[in-house]
Amino acid sequence: MKKALSIAYLVIVALFLYAPILLIVFFSFFGQSGVNFSTQAGFSFDSYAAIFSSPSSGELFTAIANTLIIAAIASVISTVLGAVSAIGIFHLGKRMKKFVNNINQWPIISSEIVTAFSFVLFFSTLGIGNGWVRLIISHVTFCTPYVVLAVMPRLYQMDGNIYEAALDLGASPIRALFSVEIPMLLPGIISGFTMAFTMSLDDFIITQLNKGTTGIETLSTYLYSDGAKRGLEPFWFAVFSIIFVVVLLIILFSNLSKKTMTKKAEGGAKV
Amino acid sequence: MPKSLSPAIKRKPVFKISRKVFSYPYMLVLMLFVIVPTAMLLINAFIYDGEASGENFLLFFQNTVYTDILANSLLVGLLSTIICLVIGYPVAYLLSKFKHGQMLMMIFAIPMWINFLIKTRSLASIFEWLGMDLGAVSVIIGMVYIFLPMMIMPIHTTISNIDKSYVEAARDLGADGITVLFKVILPLSVPGIISGITMVFIPTISSFAITTYLGGGEVELFGDVIYNAYNHDLYGVGSVMSLFMLVFVLVASFAANRFGGENEKGGSLL
Repeated sequence: MKKALSIAYLVIVALFLYAPILLIVFFSFFGQSGVNFSTQAGFSFDSYAAIFSSPSSGELFTAIANTLIIAAIASVISTVLGAVSAIGIFHLGKRMKKFVNNINQWPIISSEIVTAFSFVLFFSTLGIGNGWVRLIISHVTFCTPYVVLAVMPRLYQMDGNIYEAALDLGASPIRALFSVEIPMLLPGIISGFTMAFTMSLDDFIITQLNKGTTGIETLSTYLYSDGAKRGLEPFWFAVFSIIFVVVLLIILFSNLSKKTMTKKAEGGAKV
Repeated sequence: MPKSLSPAIKRKPVFKISRKVFSYPYMLVLMLFVIVPTAMLLINAFIYDGEASGENFLLFFQNTVYTDILANSLLVGLLSTIICLVIGYPVAYLLSKFKHGQMLMMIFAIPMWINFLIKTRSLASIFEWLGMDLGAVSVIIGMVYIFLPMMIMPIHTTISNIDKSYVEAARDLGADGITVLFKVILPLSVPGIISGITMVFIPTISSFAITTYLGGGEVELFGDVIYNAYNHDLYGVGSVMSLFMLVFVLVASFAANRFGGENEKGGSLL
């Protein structure tokens, strides 16, 4: 009885979290071109077709491309910068290390709107106009801390002697760094990259304030301006549904691969 | 984690220096793009019409529009946070009692990976469909809908990390389920509760898109006003309001550090 009650409670909360998502997916097939919620139109792929055939399709695809371009550039820069810096920070003196770590966490802890607004002040004071450079600098700034945080624990776990051994065996410090240290940090670097990429994709507030008047729209900012209307563009429900499914698949896939990887690792340890 | 973290091995100084250097470019980046912009925020709050003055603060406090919004934000933030806690705590607690709680937790965590704008706009469409009036109520429902997973996550983590022997000891000493929950588990999960509250409260008052979609033009929160200040080039007032947000963030992170126990990552702000 108790168990049934607690399951019922969990199901109700889960329904609350998923109902809007599921309804959107449902209406992406049944809605009359997605604008009105009604099942009268019957099952159709109209709203999916609208992704390609709507007058705004061009804007949608530009927005998607911009989002991906910014995320790709920003996450690559953040990953390189973050991974290299994590190694540097790890070897700093104790007080300096704490200080840099605290500053590093600031963009994560701080409220996004404050970060965005401080970027606005900074860039407009320096006269760095709106545009790609500004967007990429701001994305790199809020993504890199995640990379540093992802790589740091790996450095703590790593046996420092291995690097020393490489040096003793005659490797140059650079060689030891690239052939020994970086490969050992790779799992952390990869998860840092993933985080940075996701954070950049997901960002809305910082992009919205720093894109200025250039007309560079990412998916979020395009949705924000377009979604403020009462009726949505017909393709949005289809786009939302596709994103839900993609996110779900990525999470499932990454979890499964993590499981098989740990299983393999366990199996390997036994042998 | 191995204890050899504090390296007992004495490295040759030349290598020590060479690797420390890797952090310098990033220090420069942090200096330029984190410290300087934040300092500008501080300075800008005290500059009005090109002169140093407290005029911006006067403008803020004399204008009832702004103070009302401050009060509204605190109210909406507080209500949303409390509702999230009341709904979320039992979820986190019940999940920890299931054998596959960790897996089930995924169900509640997945929505976090979907962009909040998409979720908010979806919810707005649902409200449209239901013919619901947009206003304070729909905003709070939206906030709870968006931020509930952020409350459940940290609480679930702390509860599942509680040493089971505490619970067993309490049981052996004759405590029933309810007593164990209130006298053992609840006090031990305070760090999770604090970090949940921080993770819900701060974004609640500062994210402006949720009110745009769900407020029906009736609800304005702190985030909206900062955004409007940006839109109308009111950088002075915007800076003052950003400073208020910063204070909230500092208080929250102080609370999280003070009551939240040891921070594993080692870097705490205060």
